[in-house]
Amino acid sequence: MFDKLDQIFVNALHWLASFLPEAWRPLVSALICIAVILVVFPTLFALVTVLERKGLGRIQNRYGPNRVGIPFTKIRLAGFGQFIPDGMKMLTKEDIVPRAADKAVHFLAPVVLLIPILLAYSVLPFGRNMSIADYDAGLLFFLAVGGAVEISVFMAGWSSRNKYSLLGAMRAIAQMVSYEIPLILSAVTVVMIVGSLNLNEIVRHQDQFTFGIAHWHVFTPWGFVGFALFFIAALAESNRTPFDLPEAESEIIAGYFTEYSGFKFALFFLGEYLGMFAISGLGITLFLGGWTAPFSFLTWIPSWIWFFAKLLVIIFVFIWIRGTLPRLRMDQLMNFAWKFMLPLALVNILVAGVWHFMGAGALRWLVCSAIIFGAYAVLGRGLMHNQKLGKRIYKFAE
Amino acid sequence: MSPFFIITAVVTLLGAVFAMSLRNLVHCALAMAVAFSGVAALYLQLDAQFVGFAEILVYVGAIAILIVFAILLTRSGETPVKSVLTSGWWAGIAVTAMVFTTLGWAILNSSATPKEIPAAPVATVKNLGDALMTKFVLPLEIVALVLTLAMIGAVLIALKEDKSENSGRKP
Amino acid sequence: MTPLQTCLLVSALLFAVGFAGAVTRRHAILVLIGIELMLNAANLNLIAFWRFGPNPEALTGFIFVLFSMALAGAEAAVGLALVIAIYRHKKTSNLDEVKELKG
Repeated sequence: MFDKLDQIFVNALHWLASFLPEAWRPLVSALICIAVILVVFPTLFALVTVLERKGLGRIQNRYGPNRVGIPFTKIRLAGFGQFIPDGMKMLTKEDIVPRAADKAVHFLAPVVLLIPILLAYSVLPFGRNMSIADYDAGLLFFLAVGGAVEISVFMAGWSSRNKYSLLGAMRAIAQMVSYEIPLILSAVTVVMIVGSLNLNEIVRHQDQFTFGIAHWHVFTPWGFVGFALFFIAALAESNRTPFDLPEAESEIIAGYFTEYSGFKFALFFLGEYLGMFAISGLGITLFLGGWTAPFSFLTWIPSWIWFFAKLLVIIFVFIWIRGTLPRLRMDQLMNFAWKFMLPLALVNILVAGVWHFMGAGALRWLVCSAIIFGAYAVLGRGLMHNQKLGKRIYKFAE
Repeated sequence: MSPFFIITAVVTLLGAVFAMSLRNLVHCALAMAVAFSGVAALYLQLDAQFVGFAEILVYVGAIAILIVFAILLTRSGETPVKSVLTSGWWAGIAVTAMVFTTLGWAILNSSATPKEIPAAPVATVKNLGDALMTKFVLPLEIVALVLTLAMIGAVLIALKEDKSENSGRKP
Repeated sequence: MTPLQTCLLVSALLFAVGFAGAVTRRHAILVLIGIELMLNAANLNLIAFWRFGPNPEALTGFIFVLFSMALAGAEAAVGLALVIAIYRHKKTSNLDEVKELKG
């Protein structure tokens, strides 16, 4: 029975497509999959905005929104209906475009943001047999369209003819480009061990159990470090705290989307959160086992429930980090990426190679953990080398 | 060819024409990004998946951003008021026409273009990796060396020289 | 017209457009954009011959294009560094004005 529940969406898709002649089936099933993604993930986005506001509120020792239910009815949802009036507000706000702005580019920037991010969802495996496009180089496709987001950030910042927007856009692009390298290098370790760029194959490689515990990549030394690097780089790619200097209100008003209002701002907001979900989805696929269960006695739970449960846990950790950590300065960000994460990612690749070529056993765990710990200690010391923490000196005031 | 191919080719060529003829440099750079995406779509239709994705990653994700940064660092973001064409531009157009005519004639009348279409090749990543590590390992290492040298060279060339600006100035 | 000839004509047209821009525009960066378009046209040509040519299993054209893309990236980086250095020195990126070795 649980196998049927596991494949319920796949069977529903086949059943719907069977009403049509042979030639139309691939097109229609692709369209149905696209429609499902366009419904599920923006709904998740709406729920996550409410969760984020309530979560941040609780971390900051206050309630979040707690009154709004479903408008025009008497149903009380303790604040979880907040996204409905928020959405209506964004849709009905006046769309102000600055007079000196470059109209065509200003109009196209939110569109160019959303299209690559929605394309990235097509390769993620949401469950067993549940990825829309099963490319041989699926991981490369995801990383390529993730890199195409930077053009949209530049378009938004430059077309507004506002020095704060341009500065925010340049900072955001520099940050995204710098953190793409540790992101890709930590994904490379997974590809090395699995031997394929196909995301379904990567998940299937983690679908084995030893002593009842699954072979998730995060349970290995190189996978643990890889996941940590990937997670930090994902925070930076989606411009979340502690890397939200380009868009923080106290820093640069709103960075590259200062001059956007109404529906275009809603599209940027949507694009940013959808990007966050997509890259969390990729992290789950690469390191946390995708749709597999952690323990062998839990495999009866359907695979898509595992994927979305892990996604919700990671989103919760994103929100937690946002409420807890302070923001990094631009030079601290760049130092961290180039002087700590990049060397550690390269050492991680070495460790993954050592892991692969040593035979299975306890020795490789010890050797790999020792190499990683040594590299982490050395790089950490190197990064702290120039920090002189002492009594504060005032250069000009007395 | 399929209509999809024709549409993609038209979009690519339009992007290229706009990239070369618009007055504002940033618009040219964005049109170039559109042309690159069009070329990536053409690669995907020719069953070259890996190259198509690599094109988006390298060209749209890195080279377009690089060109945009260079435009901003050389303060060329505003629309120029003077002429944008170099002196003697008509000679350039004439040479282009001759180049295209020669290429077109060679393509349409050559005997090197075979008449039958082979089956779609399977360019899996595994075959690519095998080829790169066995037959093409020397070019791979040389390209790695060239990229490192290019990176160091580009940083050195574009580095700001503080000493030469401050020499001779009183403290 | 065979599919191969269609692809080759598209690539020749792209090459001609890139060449026209590189030869007629004044700004140094636009010349570099033209060079990138020409490189893309050449890569498209290589992929078309790989796909429709006699021996696609050898992957020779495919790998040639991968190396070509890597080298195009390196060349764009060095070229743009040169443009920035010239701008810093001569305060212009206009190729008509940067024609003397003096200074």
